[in-house]
Amino acid sequence: MDDLEARLKSLMLSGLGGDAAAHRQLLGLLSERLRGYFSKRMPAAPADVEDLVQETLLAVHLRRASYDRAQPFTAWAFAIARYKLIDHWRRRKIRVATPLDDVAEFLSVEPAASDDGLDLTRALGTLPERQRALIEDVKLKGFSLSEAGARAGVSEGAAKVALHRALRLLAGRMRRADA
Amino acid sequence: MRTPELIDILAADTQAVAPGAAPRWLAMAAAGGAAIALMLVLMWLKPRPDLASAMHGGFFWIKAGYTAALGVAGFWATERLARPGGPWRSAAVMGLVVLAGFGFMAVMQFAPMDGAARMAAMRGVSWTVCTRNIVVLAAPMTLICLLVLRQLAPIRPMLAGFAAGAFAGGVAATVYGLHCPEATFIFVGLWYTLGVVVSGLIGAALGRFLLRW
Repeated sequence: MDDLEARLKSLMLSGLGGDAAAHRQLLGLLSERLRGYFSKRMPAAPADVEDLVQETLLAVHLRRASYDRAQPFTAWAFAIARYKLIDHWRRRKIRVATPLDDVAEFLSVEPAASDDGLDLTRALGTLPERQRALIEDVKLKGFSLSEAGARAGVSEGAAKVALHRALRLLAGRMRRADA
Repeated sequence: MRTPELIDILAADTQAVAPGAAPRWLAMAAAGGAAIALMLVLMWLKPRPDLASAMHGGFFWIKAGYTAALGVAGFWATERLARPGGPWRSAAVMGLVVLAGFGFMAVMQFAPMDGAARMAAMRGVSWTVCTRNIVVLAAPMTLICLLVLRQLAPIRPMLAGFAAGAFAGGVAATVYGLHCPEATFIFVGLWYTLGVVVSGLIGAALGRFLLRW
């Protein structure tokens, strides 16, 4: 368990330094934990699990600046997951008696296969055409922002800024989608 | 969309984040907010005419020290409430200790006075406008701080909003000292403190809506 914390934290620190491969690996490992954690908490709504995983990944990604490097990474990520779960229940007006448990359990969940996220697809559909196209392009081309930028006729730097903005908008739309 | 696809997209958006970015953003918000408050004091309220001689007196600095200390506690609390799991209680305790210390001084000065002197000390010449002025001076910085918090991850929106408003209130009240001629502990303890608290409450009310994510 401490191994995992050490591994996640070092990936997070590399990601904060601008290492995209480390950041991608971090989000991958985190998505497995999140999936296990959420499925246990919402046995009545398995269809919502992947939506919540994706919403949490977006939040973790967009709010990376709030991570204090002196603190354990898992405590920070777990707090975000817990916040997203409570927010989900509040929006759906679900009252739950299940305890939310602690970081230790968050670390020890069994990974499960990923699913399609419907909320994200729906939210993507509500974005303005240019931003939707940019995200679709990056999705198809993987890492390469310079290609996506070239197709849209802008520099890589401009494409980077545009992508970040599009993701922020997407996160907001996603949360409002089922409000 | 499948989660691995989302992760690829997020990885494409990997940007370096400098260490200490969050506190630096809040410090910049304070600098911007203080500059706006200073401009309002210079152009709207006007500095007190005896500013130069007042700055030689002790109470001018005691007053500034009190409100600045409230601002520091507010900064500290805001910075911690901006992070999930940030230990914010020690910052709240610092604010309360500053408040209690100043309140004690106010009681010590107030207790031996007779009725008429008490009234005069409490009201000064500006008790009807002091709180309002501080709240107005703090409003721009409160907004800037809330915008910064929207980039971070406050999991207690109202509490984080209160901290941001109190932070702004402390900074604004310190700038307000350049205009305000009042010089009793009881006056500052009542109306300045109320200005900081009201500014905090406005922050909490706004935070409830602006800081959801």
